[in-house]
Amino acid sequence: MQKANSTQRSLPAVRTSGARLAWIGRGFLIILALMALIVLVRNFINNPLLFAQIVISGLQLGFVYALIALGYTMVYGIVRLINFAHGDVFMAGAFVSYFAVTRFQLHVWPTLIDPNLPPIVITVVGSITVILLSMAVCALLAVTIERVAYKPLRNAPRIAALITAIGVSFFIEYFGALNFVFSPRFIPYQRPFEVVTWYIRDGIHLVIDGKAPPDGSITFSNIAIIIMVVSILMQLSLQFLVRRTRIGKAMRATAFDKQAAQLMGINVDRIISITFALGAALAGLGGVLYAIAYPSINTLLGVLPGLKAFVAAVMGGIGSIPGAFIGALIMGQAESLTAGYISTPMRDAIAFTILIVVLLVRPTGIFGEPEKEKA
Amino acid sequence: MLLEVNDLNVFYGAIHALQGVSFTLDEGEVVTLIGANGAGKSTTLRTISGLLRSRTGYVRFRGQDISTMPAEQIVRLGISQVPEGRKIFAPLTVRENLDMGAYTRTDGTEIQASMQRVFASFPRLKERINQLGGTLSGGEQQMLAMGRALMSRPKLLLLDEPSMGLSPILTEEIFRIIKEINSQGTTILLVEQNALMALSVANRAYVLETGSIVLQGSAAEVRDNPQVRNAYLGVG
Repeated sequence: MQKANSTQRSLPAVRTSGARLAWIGRGFLIILALMALIVLVRNFINNPLLFAQIVISGLQLGFVYALIALGYTMVYGIVRLINFAHGDVFMAGAFVSYFAVTRFQLHVWPTLIDPNLPPIVITVVGSITVILLSMAVCALLAVTIERVAYKPLRNAPRIAALITAIGVSFFIEYFGALNFVFSPRFIPYQRPFEVVTWYIRDGIHLVIDGKAPPDGSITFSNIAIIIMVVSILMQLSLQFLVRRTRIGKAMRATAFDKQAAQLMGINVDRIISITFALGAALAGLGGVLYAIAYPSINTLLGVLPGLKAFVAAVMGGIGSIPGAFIGALIMGQAESLTAGYISTPMRDAIAFTILIVVLLVRPTGIFGEPEKEKA
Repeated sequence: MLLEVNDLNVFYGAIHALQGVSFTLDEGEVVTLIGANGAGKSTTLRTISGLLRSRTGYVRFRGQDISTMPAEQIVRLGISQVPEGRKIFAPLTVRENLDMGAYTRTDGTEIQASMQRVFASFPRLKERINQLGGTLSGGEQQMLAMGRALMSRPKLLLLDEPSMGLSPILTEEIFRIIKEINSQGTTILLVEQNALMALSVANRAYVLETGSIVLQGSAAEVRDNPQVRNAYLGVG
């Protein structure tokens, strides 16, 4: 009787010690979060203008990451693959626009029709053409990658496809580094349109080249606004596509059960190609905007943004489209605040710190649900 | 002849699941494949639908060889399957599930008419039209799976274990609807473990045993066969 009692008591004891360990970890994280919050609040009170400036640059980054993260999460949703080559598709987008602008002057093509068109029309039409071309090339690139590298492995263990994705990523990066491709150097990027900066101080004023904006002002640029608007528009149209259209429903059906989708007459290969193409087009768009915002491009350009967008997708709950968006905005802020208040090199480390914390605390991410076993 | 299945040999790795299965279906019939678990009934349906490939023989639908056709094209020709376990798209609503059933069609207004017909057969689905497929009960999911399959306006409907996991009352209901679908001109190939029920609606039956057809005949003949009574109908 007594013996039985003692064993019964020892079981909960083991559980409490495990729970206590978990609490130590959680407590540590809470302390870290509180410290970060205190630092942020203090900095905000000390210099709200600097804080606002940092948040603006974080938004710019976050909205670019959102464009990349959507592709990660869509592809994962449908083929359960982390497409590590996605960041390199983003890089390709930047390079396609570079060649289109620098080599082929595509951004001023409307002058060929009528040189007397108003400059604003030329710039808008030309730039949109450049962006659409980049998106199309990226879509084609991703569909090719899927056909060549991933499709043959669709029924292989997931780890095989994952390793292949890493291989494809390296291949694109170092193929791009060849001298007759993109070369390994950093290349100054010629923008299809000029970046204009304004500052806010007693109203909105234009920043004149070579003149620093006055102290105590917040600056923002047209590219920051374009990135935010375009990214939000893309997010909304993607939501519409996935929720309301025939193709979008077929994508969700395919993501849930490929064989059942085939029994509906859905061409699963085609739906997968469309998913890759859509994700890649968004990444290509992100690549062009990123290069316009940070105009120095290199064949390894996509590595860090790609990884950070991947972290964003995981944080939001991989497979969830709104999750990827929210995750990307958080990543942008985390990076920008770290660079602003801690140190610039830390900005890359923070991304992976966040990844580790997410995997420890909530591996399914903000909007993620634990994967259900299918019968 | 609507469907002609000839000498199917299907393998799962080293397992020889179908060993020379042949049978035929005429237009307007209800034919049932009965047999124990693992006899190859579902494998036969999956091969007809193009999800599995046979190493030998052929499947002909209205004279056309479909044995190498991709699954989605077979649906377009007019063969629709209600798979085992229903395979409802859980994150899609009832309406979206039905939309997916009509995926091969582009005739918008006609699709709406088909949906109304499905609701006439399964009024329960209409009540749940905006509910997610995964939240339906087993019986409702079976109804949705059948409604979804009908949305492609099939000439031939393949039903895989429609009574699985359903209460006797619901099973009766499902079988009543199967008869109704057939009376409206759809040919039905029915796979069932509930042999008694299946034989009560079928015109003809084939008995599958470890991947081969061991007996065939009219439903009445098969029902009266002493071996069948012993093995599948639970009567001595």
